[in-house]
Amino acid sequence: MAVLEGLTSRLTAITDKMRGKSRVSEKDIKEMMREIRLALLEADVHYGVVKELAEYINEKAKGSEVMKSLTPGQQIVKIVHESLLEVLGEEEKLAVSSSGFTVFMLYGLQGAGKTTTAAKLALHLRKKGKKPLLVSVDVHRPAAQEQLAVLAKSIDIPYYINPEEKSAAKIAKEGLERAKYLMCNTLIVDTAGRMTIDDEMMQELRDIDKVVQADDRLLIVDAMIGQEAVEIARQFEEQIGLDGFIMTKLDGDARGGAALSIRKMTGKPIKMVGTGEQLADLEPFYPDRLASRILGMGDVLSLIEKAEQTLDEEKAQQTLDRLRQNRFTMQDMLEQLEQIQNMGSIKDMLSMIPGLGSKAANLDVDENQLVSVRAIIQSMTMAERENPKLLNASRRKRIASGSGTSVQAVNQVVRQYNDSLKLMKQFGNMGGRRGKRKRQKFDPSSIQW
Amino acid sequence: MAIFDKFKKGLSKTRDFISNQINRVAAEFGSFDEDMLDELEMTLVAADCGLPAATEAIDSIREHIRLTGDASRGTVIRVLREKLLSMLDEKKLSVPAGELSIFLMVGVNGTGKTTTAAKLANRYKAEGRRVMMAAADTFRAAAIEQLKEWGERTDTPVISHETGSDPAAVVYDAIQSAKARKTELLIVDTAGRLHTKKNLMDELAKIKRVIQREAADAKVETLLVLDATTGQNAIVQARSYNEAIEVSGLVISKLDGNAKGGVAIAVSRETGLPLALAGLGEQVDDLQDFDKQLFVDALLPIE
Repeated sequence: MAVLEGLTSRLTAITDKMRGKSRVSEKDIKEMMREIRLALLEADVHYGVVKELAEYINEKAKGSEVMKSLTPGQQIVKIVHESLLEVLGEEEKLAVSSSGFTVFMLYGLQGAGKTTTAAKLALHLRKKGKKPLLVSVDVHRPAAQEQLAVLAKSIDIPYYINPEEKSAAKIAKEGLERAKYLMCNTLIVDTAGRMTIDDEMMQELRDIDKVVQADDRLLIVDAMIGQEAVEIARQFEEQIGLDGFIMTKLDGDARGGAALSIRKMTGKPIKMVGTGEQLADLEPFYPDRLASRILGMGDVLSLIEKAEQTLDEEKAQQTLDRLRQNRFTMQDMLEQLEQIQNMGSIKDMLSMIPGLGSKAANLDVDENQLVSVRAIIQSMTMAERENPKLLNASRRKRIASGSGTSVQAVNQVVRQYNDSLKLMKQFGNMGGRRGKRKRQKFDPSSIQW
Repeated sequence: MAIFDKFKKGLSKTRDFISNQINRVAAEFGSFDEDMLDELEMTLVAADCGLPAATEAIDSIREHIRLTGDASRGTVIRVLREKLLSMLDEKKLSVPAGELSIFLMVGVNGTGKTTTAAKLANRYKAEGRRVMMAAADTFRAAAIEQLKEWGERTDTPVISHETGSDPAAVVYDAIQSAKARKTELLIVDTAGRLHTKKNLMDELAKIKRVIQREAADAKVETLLVLDATTGQNAIVQARSYNEAIEVSGLVISKLDGNAKGGVAIAVSRETGLPLALAGLGEQVDDLQDFDKQLFVDALLPIE
């Protein structure tokens, strides 16, 4: 899948060709710059931003010792990554009004995820000790207000809706009053999705803002958005005012290049990112993660977090204990397999590993193989799983027919088990000596490009 | 409004954008040089056509200029039009009377599946078909209410269960009900799901299996709804959905808005999947058959 090929591997391919040459030609550099532009465009970074960045990177690369190094491709990627980080800037906090009452207004195109984000934001702010009230002023989409009400109820946050009322500004006013009456100190206004070219809808948004006087006007942007993102952000900024944005649906595989474009063209910060369908899935924005993502360099941190979320720690500990006692059985192997499968497709996981990102796409991972391994283990009796030495020829034959596979396949699984047993014994000993490792803080500079 | 006008109106932003760029670069000499071709390539990229498609189109123009020596504005536009047309594939949906057709609406979150389902219901009711909708989005809060509201507005029966129930069970019930009522079109609205979520894609595959098993004789269309504002990720979406449940047609929604819609070209070119429908406005009758001639005509300045 050429589209998702990582920049690192492409640049390395170019610099590999240069190896042995005493001088890097103008043409080589031009070719590399083209690859950089291509990677950024594929990530949906705005073409104007790409052009500017490419020039900047070109200058930076020229001035440094890039080409003299042994790995010019990786050096260039490092420069690109740093340049993206410069653009993305630091994490920035949500607004807190000095008046003691803070108003957030969420707006954006249809389907960007405003309502879900509004609820997520409320939950996030309550965790920070605020007392938020949610109000939906969407008088356009059928059942939009009900949607916010259901979400608010599910997290036990006060809300205000008025589906009978036709004026969004009026609902906003009522919501504001309700928030003050309930002694809330934060109001989150969820507005209807709109296009910036729709003058009537933009006027409605101005009217709402006039009533609530938002402290933080947040544009909700879908991570999948294309080249138009910049223009949309600019329009909202000009017509309504923009204090920052929240990028949603980053749990997909969109590169999210729009974040870079919007940040660069409007100068407004990314305040939070949405990373899942659950209401707790709203996270602070980490520039280094997004920069890596845009470049398709894999996202080790996401992988680690995914593993942490999915893996049942207790079970993992049990397995580890058993390993230490040399008691790793087929049953443990089955459980491990199931946990891995819960994390999603193997290809997805591989693609998150830096350097593997591009190759993972081409790897022929047979997900079905895992399914048949599972079937084979499940066809064993508990006694057999606990003690695979029991598996004689006749038992293996039974397992093969039980799992719909062949004796060869069963043999292979047993062999795999024995191999992992050997391997894991080594790990187990290591872990035993070192004791519990502390979780290390991530340092982006430690990544080997 | 005639279909062509709707397309033109819907795509007016794109057309103005591309036309202006072409006119601007061609204005000075009336013919294209290398720099201007580069700029044209970026114009296509800026419309979300994707760099591979843009490069292919510009290369063919370059080749044509090399062979004929004709770099005039008219020729460049004609070659570009032909090239873009060759990248697009279209498909016309039909719902025959007297038999059951099932449209399965799928896509990532927020692309406009529910609205498109309602527009389809409205359209085929107007053609005199007996239409029914199934609320198989049992996940998102108030999604069922949203579809029910559309059902009332379009006077279409909606089969639904509780939020949180098994969507495949909703579909099963809907099919039984459709058979009993001699429904001619059953539109199944599913929950938005990112193509990277394996368990959710499996759930969709299950829904499709239920349809194939329970309505083996029905004419089934699996329609992937893509948001026209989406960038290059739309290609990956189309590919993943097609692998998981075999998509039979694409719907480009929100083509009337801020989007330039070039992603339709990128997706069709990369996946070969045909475009069936275009959402050209917020009104319930603003859904049109995708017509690639009109689409490209609306994109490019007319000579």
